[in-house]
Amino acid sequence: MQSIASKPVFSWLYLLVWFLAGVFIASPLSAQQRNIALDKLQSGLDFSGAEVQSLQADEFANPGNISLDTGNKLWSKPDGKSNKSCQSCHGDIGRMKGISARYPAVDKASGKLFNLEDRIRQCRSKNQKASEWPYESDELIALSLAVTSTSRGMPLQAQINGAAKSHFENGQRIFTTRQGQMNLACTNCHDQHYGQKLYTDPLSQGQPNAYPLYRIDWQRVVSLERRLRFCYTGVRAEIPPWGHSDMRDLSLYLMWRGQGLLVEAPAVRK
Amino acid sequence: MASARLQIPPRVTQGDVFKIRLLVNHPMDSGFLRDIDGVLIQRNVIRHLLCTLNGREVFRVEPTTGVSANPLFEFYLRATESGEMLFRWVDDKAYIGELRHNLVVEAANASKPSGN
Repeated sequence: MQSIASKPVFSWLYLLVWFLAGVFIASPLSAQQRNIALDKLQSGLDFSGAEVQSLQADEFANPGNISLDTGNKLWSKPDGKSNKSCQSCHGDIGRMKGISARYPAVDKASGKLFNLEDRIRQCRSKNQKASEWPYESDELIALSLAVTSTSRGMPLQAQINGAAKSHFENGQRIFTTRQGQMNLACTNCHDQHYGQKLYTDPLSQGQPNAYPLYRIDWQRVVSLERRLRFCYTGVRAEIPPWGHSDMRDLSLYLMWRGQGLLVEAPAVRK
Repeated sequence: MASARLQIPPRVTQGDVFKIRLLVNHPMDSGFLRDIDGVLIQRNVIRHLLCTLNGREVFRVEPTTGVSANPLFEFYLRATESGEMLFRWVDDKAYIGELRHNLVVEAANASKPSGN
């Protein structure tokens, strides 16, 4: 049988094809490649029903407001052995504007990647000398929501270079790696099939721009970490412990992936 | 925990029908759910919510386990008299929440141009 590849010209072509294929297969992890173009980004609100959208838009009935009120009160409430409030050092909460759009960020002292809740917890123990707030406690989430709400309407702009680079790369690896009994990566649903249905619900892009938000299903304001844990449950993967660095790295990747989306707070989702 | 938000129009005129919205911060535990350790969470819902104007009952609701957490109560009243509105609710743990609001009703022809 005569093969066309036996001719010298075609064998060179084959080599070239293999070389190019190698470049494209290797590229997703090596480059900061966007799977969803910046102009195609959509907040989770776009995938929500009209009732959820109107509840979020309702300045009064939005159930996240209760937690927001609590958070605003906590900001100026003295606590701990220092008997200082957040306000004593940071001033008015309005000065926190823009902060949440830049988190998670690397903490210079410890070199760890901190989200907003980590930062609040650290500030409480180190500067305020107050009792620890557990992850997902009402107070921690309320204060985090209050700080986030000062950035409402600002675009996400996570920093992924310098000290954050390795965290970003790990986050990207987690996002694109299949895991769990369902053997699914985040990218399989949220990059490749958003807009379609998962059971009866529309599948969103998995954007982090509105957290912490009120989730009607759980009847409370929840952090991005808790929502990510729920996704881990969905693909039946092993959930990292609370505060694990993998979760922070993944959050950083998500914030970069949603770059330019506007902060919504207090937001509502089903 | 004992917080609530109240929305009432800033100005109401005699004879107007106006909307009142009250958002109460409450877990509304139905008594059917278990916590993460598998222990049943005791039923704790708002049993009784009463709104009075100058001591006279104008609205009452008796919610049950079918109402979600942080319930929003929305109802309408006709403006007849100024006075103190008192919202009072009691839950299964006998916790009593209260919220007061001073309602000012303006005379019918004060704000409207003559001849309508």
